[in-house]
Amino acid sequence: MSEQATPSANVPPEQEPSTDFVVRLGVAQRAGGLVVPVLTAVLAFLAGGIVVAATGHNPLTAYRGIWDGAGFNWIFHIPWNTNTVNLDAFNLSQTLLTTTTLILVGLAVAFPFRCGLFNIGGQGQYLVGLIVANWVGVSFASWPTLPHVLLGIGAAAFAGAAWAGIAGFLKATTGAHEVISTIMLNWIAIWGGQYLFGQGGPLQNTYNTAAPESGTVVQSAHIPVFWGNPVLQGLDYGIFVAIAALVVFWLILNRTTLGYEVRAVGFNPEAAAYGGINVRRKYIQAMAISGAFAGLAGALDMLGYLFQFGVLDVQASQIGFLGIAVALLGRNTAVGTGIAAFLFGGLLYGTTRGLNPSVFDPSLAGNLTSMIQGLIVLFVGADVFVLYIWNSRRKLRPRRRAEAAAA
Amino acid sequence: MTNHAQPLQETHWAFQPKAIAVAGSILGLVAFWSALPPFTVRSPLVPVLIGVLAIAAGLWAVTRGTRRLGWGAIASGVIGLGLGLLATRSSSGNLHVVFAADLVAQVFVFATPLTFGALGGMVSERSGVVNVGLEGMMLMGAFWGVYGADKGGTWVVGILAALAGGGLFALLHAYWSIHLRANQIVSGMAINFLALGVTGYFFEQLYGNQNIPSGVSTVPNVAIPGIDHMAYLGPAIGDLNLLIWVGVAFVPLSYFILFKTPIGLRVRACGEHPRAADTVGINVYAVRYAAVVVSGMLAALGGAFLSIGFGGGSFTENMTEGRGFIALAAMIFGNWRPFGAWGAALLFGFSTALAYRLPVYSSSAATLFQVLPYVLTLIAVAGVIGRSVPPAADGQPYVKQ
Repeated sequence: MSEQATPSANVPPEQEPSTDFVVRLGVAQRAGGLVVPVLTAVLAFLAGGIVVAATGHNPLTAYRGIWDGAGFNWIFHIPWNTNTVNLDAFNLSQTLLTTTTLILVGLAVAFPFRCGLFNIGGQGQYLVGLIVANWVGVSFASWPTLPHVLLGIGAAAFAGAAWAGIAGFLKATTGAHEVISTIMLNWIAIWGGQYLFGQGGPLQNTYNTAAPESGTVVQSAHIPVFWGNPVLQGLDYGIFVAIAALVVFWLILNRTTLGYEVRAVGFNPEAAAYGGINVRRKYIQAMAISGAFAGLAGALDMLGYLFQFGVLDVQASQIGFLGIAVALLGRNTAVGTGIAAFLFGGLLYGTTRGLNPSVFDPSLAGNLTSMIQGLIVLFVGADVFVLYIWNSRRKLRPRRRAEAAAA
Repeated sequence: MTNHAQPLQETHWAFQPKAIAVAGSILGLVAFWSALPPFTVRSPLVPVLIGVLAIAAGLWAVTRGTRRLGWGAIASGVIGLGLGLLATRSSSGNLHVVFAADLVAQVFVFATPLTFGALGGMVSERSGVVNVGLEGMMLMGAFWGVYGADKGGTWVVGILAALAGGGLFALLHAYWSIHLRANQIVSGMAINFLALGVTGYFFEQLYGNQNIPSGVSTVPNVAIPGIDHMAYLGPAIGDLNLLIWVGVAFVPLSYFILFKTPIGLRVRACGEHPRAADTVGINVYAVRYAAVVVSGMLAALGGAFLSIGFGGGSFTENMTEGRGFIALAAMIFGNWRPFGAWGAALLFGFSTALAYRLPVYSSSAATLFQVLPYVLTLIAVAGVIGRSVPPAADGQPYVKQ
């Protein structure tokens, strides 16, 4: 939320209330502050709960199961037992592992949003990063850990930046809509990944040619684990990279000329161009930075705990798309994205592997996550609607008071 | 056309650059086809000659100002020549496996969901509402279609249920983008996620870990008497699913409605200049609502084809697997026009059908072939060959004054 505190030359606070919808929405969003995202999440969980109840399950038990599955109840068990033999601690470490990825794919959507671009290509950029990280991790087997990991992360971030940069370049040079081009780039990455890892593909493993899977990342490229057992998918240092990325995101946007220009283009590209900003270059830069975040997410996943990826995994992977919900719920700010990523990380892990199957069927719960994700994006898309509900609550209060006075 | 150098006599229509360019494009296809069954010419000379002829026709048209069609003919000639040459070198046994007559039937099978989706997207976007939620509406049609056919006992109920499911989510999208004036892309993506969750949830809830029981009533095939036993046409088009023919029929129908009737004029006016449409008394909101709901229903028909048409009464989670997005691509590649969208759907269907047969040669190359639709669309939106231009007011909410 601290972004709003920085001087913003575009909308002076004493501006007359305008009938223009965009301005009205902008003012409403800023006025909404914390209320809209919290209310959005509450509404989405409420609607999801109604579906659960309507199909004959107890929503409270289901949500309690998801809460436990995400490991959130660990926080309330003082003194904290950090040994991951303890199931709660293990679940929390897994939630944080998912959060790492979600922070970065969320930033990949949030950054271009501030420049007025909608990046739907997070999934493709994530996959490109993942593929490049896998290639680096399988090769260079003789390297020591630190340079090997750094090379993998750097190459993946660069590849993601280049992949997203295609969309930015097309937008800047030909005006091709970035939503269409990033959707197309997603599918090119998805089929490209299936080709590379598949039967006879260039990145298929060499030891079992019957399996359409990539090679396994060598030990020297594994990111070290600091919480939990490395064999049982512990939490690696990647999460600090993600947190650092949040700080970098905030710094770029609020403390650099580039960030100022990106935000200026996001508010009004014509005014920005009139003020001497090279709008086309900002489009390319914003997309490239966004792709670097998503590529980084792919690298941290590949070198942190996946180590190997198959054709079926490429088909099933959906996590890049979750970045849209994370960024929108976090209102495209650094702090908001971090919190939303933690929420979705818990939801994602708590509805799948973390969930106790006897409490609530994980195959139902996994779909509940998609539903809540959709509802959150839907409600954020219409925060006018959410604000309306909030304001009608305020309208109700004096009436109730008046009724009480009359009685 | 007031230039005095122009000959007074009009040239015959067959010799105008446009016709020559179209003929060139067809010749390019013939160049490839000549090396395929049932002709299977083995001499490389034939495809080369026909291909060169196509390129010449294209060049002739380009020099006379018919740029877009002319370059199309040149591209078609070059591709036809190259593929034809490759085909003459391949063993004719492999060729007979890949290019059997039922390839045509398979192209229709893969193209039909795309046709419905692309026509649906076109109707919505022509009225000024961007619809990236096609995938979700298609998925709703797929699930509720098979559910309706299972519980209702007949595929007619299934189709109605699919229309209701897709229409309902389209109504949601319409309310969000027209009334609440939300960002239409955000709303469309929300529809996609929501449909994935809703269909998956209810599939698990209603069918548990079992599959859809076998013997669900499905949309029947249409055997055309006289054609269904013919040598080449029989396996190609003699026995296709009813929904395939419905999809084919919707193409000229939607062209006629959109471009030749007052209703279509109103829809297009709302997509190009809503204020002007409003001024002459068109209810922009009502037109857009109707267009979006029709769009969702068309997409849902495409989904129903997957589950109770060609799919034979089955459902799996995320059954559409991105077909809604290919449909979106086909609509863009077809330049927001019915025949263009259909042509793109057939082309994309052809590339998918080929990808399923190319493993005879190489399985990894076959996978790579699936990328073709997306790359072509990327090139089309970038405007390298004939720019795709959306309706002017596409994606802009309208505020009545």
